Amino acid sequence: MTAPTVTQVQPQVASADLEARRTAKERRFGLLLALPGYGYLIMLFVVPLVMVSVYSFGTRDRFGQTQFDRLSLDAYGRLADPIVRDILFRSLWLAILTTVICLVVAYPFAYFMATVPQQWRNLMLVLVMIPFWTNFLVRNYAWRVILGTDGPLSDITSLVGLGDIRLLFTQWAVVLGMVYGFLPFMILPLYASIDRIDGRLLEASRDLYATPWQSFRHVLLPLSMPGIIGGSILVFIPSLGAYVTPEILGGAKTTLMGSYIVNQFQGARDWPLGSALSVVLILIMLLSTVIYFRKDTVRT
Amino acid sequence: MSRLPVTRGRARLAFQANVVVIFVFFYVPIVLLVLFSFSASRNAGEWGGFTFAWYEEFAGDRATKDALQASLKVAAVATAVSVVLGTMSALALERFRFHGRRVFDALMYLPLIVPDVTMAIMLLLFFSEATELLGISRGFGTIALAHIAFSISTVSVVVRARLGGSDDRLEEAARDLYASRWQAFRHVTLPIMMPGIIGGGLLAFTISLDDVVVTQLVTGPGWTTLPVHVFGLIRRGVTPLINAVSVVMLLGSMLLVVLALLVSRLSGQDSKYIH
Repeated sequence: MTAPTVTQVQPQVASADLEARRTAKERRFGLLLALPGYGYLIMLFVVPLVMVSVYSFGTRDRFGQTQFDRLSLDAYGRLADPIVRDILFRSLWLAILTTVICLVVAYPFAYFMATVPQQWRNLMLVLVMIPFWTNFLVRNYAWRVILGTDGPLSDITSLVGLGDIRLLFTQWAVVLGMVYGFLPFMILPLYASIDRIDGRLLEASRDLYATPWQSFRHVLLPLSMPGIIGGSILVFIPSLGAYVTPEILGGAKTTLMGSYIVNQFQGARDWPLGSALSVVLILIMLLSTVIYFRKDTVRT
Repeated sequence: MSRLPVTRGRARLAFQANVVVIFVFFYVPIVLLVLFSFSASRNAGEWGGFTFAWYEEFAGDRATKDALQASLKVAAVATAVSVVLGTMSALALERFRFHGRRVFDALMYLPLIVPDVTMAIMLLLFFSEATELLGISRGFGTIALAHIAFSISTVSVVVRARLGGSDDRLEEAARDLYASRWQAFRHVTLPIMMPGIIGGGLLAFTISLDDVVVTQLVTGPGWTTLPVHVFGLIRRGVTPLINAVSVVMLLGSMLLVVLALLVSRLSGQDSKYIH
């Protein structure tokens, strides 16, 4: 390349001006295109979000109406009540248990899927996607039938001499239902991240005399971390706020956060408490998202 | 890129056993449910000979049929609106820069990760004030508005995945060859997006038919969708009728999966143009 001549620079200037005007026009067009969706989400997501926060600072009068004459932290204080606290801890514990079970079961599955030939991989992927698309309520109901008093499970247990195992309406049934419901959410991100790992890295670690455990611990595990975190968030958040599964499979003694929140708006009419619990859920969700994206930026 | 090392010997057997157990776990409950829907026993979980009786009962059950109709109506409207809004948003976010783009981008993801229960409470509070302001009554309108609120993001994410994998120089090339903005959109961008639009639409339809808790909290008297109706029935106890209704819902889901897989397969074939 030689130095540009004057005649080559001149049209450059004119087109820069044109370019600027074009960019401004493009920007306006882009905004116009985004506006309906943007507006909709502000109206039906951001405004409701603000309303939940406002209600969580309200108080409930004798008639169950929410009052706002003073901003109050009452509802948040009541989160420490023994009943509410128990429900919070139970929900957290069951959500963590569900996430851990899903992770332990899904990890070898996802690894195996990444090692089989392409056509098997596609078949496995489809077979994981089908439950993911299948109606959630129906999938929970199927377990209700199976675990029921005269259902197939009790037939089997009495056949092998275990007698009647009463699983339905316990927290174990809820965990079972949530694992069943959310397992695809763990498998898919795990598979996506394990599949991207270069196999030579694992081979190299073996060549350098790493034991299988060491090469798992120091190569595979750190490299698949985005999938582990992504999948865990995708399982943990819906488990924590689960409503349908505990209502169908859980018992009256094992109320979880989801049902308790809904009850504040339907039966108990304690909107500030229900709102405060929703805010807690939102904060946990935001916190996990921040963790996820921070991990993401560290990696890239 | 090099494949991951394949496990051998006993470890491989353990991996295979894990896969088999997971698939049995996934599919046996569904198969049993289908089986029991043809069982003559009054007990929902017991085999008592073959019958079509529960499907006949379903066909004659006014409330369930009304709920099914309502569900399809809500899902159709919610899908149509969210496909249009979601596609426009995806195009704007993927192909244009504008003020507030980053905020919009982040906002788009939130409805996907907010738990259903929270979304339900948010919308319940919103409609408790807004129904008077907007002059709408609780029922079809509020359910559809709520479903659109969580479906726009779904459609947008799916369409964006499709657009993001494509090369925007294709549109530039079309413009260089004197295509108008509209022509470039109509003949280049739209065909690229189409599998994403259809896939996102199918997903939005599925999610609308899946929803229980949001619908239950924003609905009004006299309006119920099939999942909410069935949920109510289940809470009163399992019956063979619910088995039959569930299997019908299952068939609906399967139909949507097959369509979605077909779309992704077809879009896989033309993907050589958009790598």
